[in-house]
Amino acid sequence: MKRFLYFVQKEYFHIVRDYRSLIILLAMPPIMILLFGYAITNEIRNVKVAVIDQSKDQTTEDLKNKIFAGNYFIFDSELASLSQIEKTFRKGKVKEVIIFEPDFEENLKRTGTANMQLIADATDPNVAASILNYTSMIIRTYQMEMNEDLQIPLSIKTEVRMRYNEELRGAFLFVPGLITIILMLVSAMMTSISITREKELGTMEALLVSPMKPIQIILAKIVPYLILGVIEAVIILVVGSTVFGVPIRGSWLLLFFEGILFILTALSLGLLISTITDSQQTALMISLMGLMLPTMLLSGFIYPLANMPVSIQIFANFVPATWFNIAIKNIMLKGVGLEIIWKETLILLGFTIFFVSISLKKFKTRL
Amino acid sequence: MKKLHKESEYSITAEDLTKTFGNFTAVDSISFNVKKGEIFGFLGANGAGKSTAMRMLCGLSKPTSGKACIAGFDVYHETEKIKKNIGYMSQKFSLYEDMTLVENIQFYGGIYGLRKKELKEKTALLLEKLELKGHENNLIKSFPLGWKQKLAFSVAIIHDPEIVFLDEPTGGVDPVTRRQFWELIYEAASRGVTVFVTTHYMDEAEYCKRVSMMSEGKIVAMGTPRELKEMYQVDNMDKVFIKIARSREDV
Amino acid sequence: MREIIIILIKEFRQISRNKQMLGIIFGMPLIQLLILANAATFEMKNINIGILDRDISSVSRRLVGKFEGSRYFKLTDWFESEKEAEISLEKGDCDLYLTIPQGFEKDLFKENSAVTFFVVNAIDGSKAALASQYTSSVITDFNQELREENINHSTIAMNLNLMKNINIEYSNWYNPELNYKTFMVPGLLVLLVSMVSLFLSGMNLVREKELGTIEQINVTPIKKYQLILGKLLPFWIIGMFDLGLGLVVSKLVYHIPIVGSVPLLFAFAGVFITVLLGIGFLISTITETQQQSMFLTWFFSVIFILLSGLFTAIENMPQWAQTLTYFNPLRYFMDSVRMILLKGSGFSDISFNMGMLLVYSVVINGLAILLYKKTS
Repeated sequence: MKRFLYFVQKEYFHIVRDYRSLIILLAMPPIMILLFGYAITNEIRNVKVAVIDQSKDQTTEDLKNKIFAGNYFIFDSELASLSQIEKTFRKGKVKEVIIFEPDFEENLKRTGTANMQLIADATDPNVAASILNYTSMIIRTYQMEMNEDLQIPLSIKTEVRMRYNEELRGAFLFVPGLITIILMLVSAMMTSISITREKELGTMEALLVSPMKPIQIILAKIVPYLILGVIEAVIILVVGSTVFGVPIRGSWLLLFFEGILFILTALSLGLLISTITDSQQTALMISLMGLMLPTMLLSGFIYPLANMPVSIQIFANFVPATWFNIAIKNIMLKGVGLEIIWKETLILLGFTIFFVSISLKKFKTRL
Repeated sequence: MKKLHKESEYSITAEDLTKTFGNFTAVDSISFNVKKGEIFGFLGANGAGKSTAMRMLCGLSKPTSGKACIAGFDVYHETEKIKKNIGYMSQKFSLYEDMTLVENIQFYGGIYGLRKKELKEKTALLLEKLELKGHENNLIKSFPLGWKQKLAFSVAIIHDPEIVFLDEPTGGVDPVTRRQFWELIYEAASRGVTVFVTTHYMDEAEYCKRVSMMSEGKIVAMGTPRELKEMYQVDNMDKVFIKIARSREDV
Repeated sequence: MREIIIILIKEFRQISRNKQMLGIIFGMPLIQLLILANAATFEMKNINIGILDRDISSVSRRLVGKFEGSRYFKLTDWFESEKEAEISLEKGDCDLYLTIPQGFEKDLFKENSAVTFFVVNAIDGSKAALASQYTSSVITDFNQELREENINHSTIAMNLNLMKNINIEYSNWYNPELNYKTFMVPGLLVLLVSMVSLFLSGMNLVREKELGTIEQINVTPIKKYQLILGKLLPFWIIGMFDLGLGLVVSKLVYHIPIVGSVPLLFAFAGVFITVLLGIGFLISTITETQQQSMFLTWFFSVIFILLSGLFTAIENMPQWAQTLTYFNPLRYFMDSVRMILLKGSGFSDISFNMGMLLVYSVVINGLAILLYKKTS
């Protein structure tokens, strides 16, 4: 036991003395939260728009003013003709072209209908859809104002209530997701690098001939990273709740328990990776390249799982992060207990046992 | 390559050479000379500062203070010129394990400026001398340790440098292989190559023309093996070392 | 020049003998491209909607029918009580539920106005906003339909006649079907190539440092720029090859349009990859162990990825973030790859991006060479 503690101490020194890595480890979560909280948003802003106003009357002027009021859209230029649209889009700055037909106001007065066209650069279909949506909303609002005095019969009004997240704060989604990603990546990365490092530098052999049992070596390596993972999760939770008001509506104990479980899953995955290769470089490439994008994209962190094709959803089920993401969101935002997330908990447990047993088997055979 | 300095009889001169890392003084004001063609041994226990000193002489590490001249070039301002004229065999590593013998020769020889034809000739010579014909396309990792070391040495001098630095070259091999290794060193020295070798094997000191002993960063003894044995009234270098160590303890 | 080639040959020989790395460098990006491109979409499908219909009238049933028939919604449940609905929302079985109060049809025809309520699970704020929008538009469309049906009602007819209507025609250029993959696949490709390049160069030098093999090189007369360039070239070739492979796969599997000039794309990519390699080398130079290098590389790659314009448009970001993206090489390539592939933009259109990357490349590689010390 004493030997074991000395070993843990050695691993602790490894981490703490490498202060450059430590700084990055601890600085990473707050910086990512900052980015997600303030920089990354799907709300459109500062969209450059070009206009072809073939009418140039009071109504089109009013409409243009409404569209360019506020900071959604920025007036870029007035194009002389339709043939210039292609060139403008190619330059890449303008994302929408608004076209008013000639005699716009006249037509409205006489026939009650006027036409306009919105052309979006749909290279980014998401942005295009938002742009068209926002523009239409502004136009529709203007239209409603025009028809204010009329009492339109047969009106269905709707009232909306947003549950769990009244203000539609993006933070509610990304703070739990961020915890998931950071825990997964850091734990898996660190463990795999730590073990392969000893192998690569040749110090592993010395460990193996010592009286330490393989399981003790592994455990000793895992313990410091477990603590590190918990620290990181706490940092994210603290920043998330103080700066962005993300609540923890469920049981703190349950959250802690699930967190530890997930860290163990990630650590055991890192362990598995370290048994596949002897080189730090390979271990790193596998954990970073192989884990980062799939964890970010398939866990439901950025893109909702329901939108993906079924085949991908099946695949996503093999990503441990997916399950933890569900569990942590439920605990934090819905405040539910184990009775709701028992499935996710069991699955995570299963993953962990699976990874550890394969690793142990490989570890033993290599001796 | 023409030497632009005064023709001197010394390959290496060092004067009060010092290297500190923060509070720790690894090399403490050492001074010595090495004549051309000499086999000079740098002895001492592990951690005495031998490797640090050598790395300064090779231009791998900048001295904190003091002067040194290698192959006529200044160790502060002319490190690149030094490197053109020396060979080096590091303690940790010799040749790339995942490349073949021939590929390693092509690499190092090429970097030192040897042309294709020359390389071919030298490769053939090397293979013959070491009796390794037929093994040139084997990966280095397939060679046993003793062979790796002999190969590393041969590659280190493939460009006929004036001096070759060897950092603990015979670690971990049996005495017979060590003996064979030293034969290679003798052969190189007989061709005029200055050999600067560090080691903690005291019996290897006997093979050197002159030795210097380092302890805790300082040179505590210097001279030919015979001079030192006479001085300390013993019959081998091991005992010389023990006697010196003891006398330092008493101080 | 000779020396650069010698180093290049050595690196190639070492990489080609490392089967594991080869698999990772070429296999992993491809696999990820094939799988992940299918995952990344914000397109709303299958919004799970539950119904609490307290009116059960012909109008209310027609309204529900609209949701049933919509391609965005999937009807999951008919609730008997509000409690049932709330539980379903909590369990996640539905994303929102619609409540049609008792007397809905009566109020609509007698009082001329009626109200519906819906409750949305807003944990995912943007998804909730979109779901809410779609729900509202289904209801609005239904409303319009109702009005037009009852047009013979005199007051309605008169008012409808007086109503002013702006007709909007929508057009989506370059991607008329709003196919998200058309956007995502080139973006993912850029990401994957970037990661390979960044990590290869980020680990390489520092690995030699950690294993001690770098000493044997530092002691030779090789010049610093020869060393770095010699290591840069093989990775550059690998990156370009990965890109080419990825493009072929994108075309074959995803039918990504290639409207613009492919040589221009490769020329741009060529410069782009040197920037990433330079960053990797710089990291490698200033770190001592592979572990440290790994952390720095990871740190930068996450920030680069998030601020690249792939997951969020750069224009949406606040000014300080937009300024930051100027230091992100991915931003330039992400922008240009789509411009070239989908819009057919030419050299003059991307010249700014290319110019910035050229400057970046020279500066960063220069820095790496400068900071590399053969003598410590």
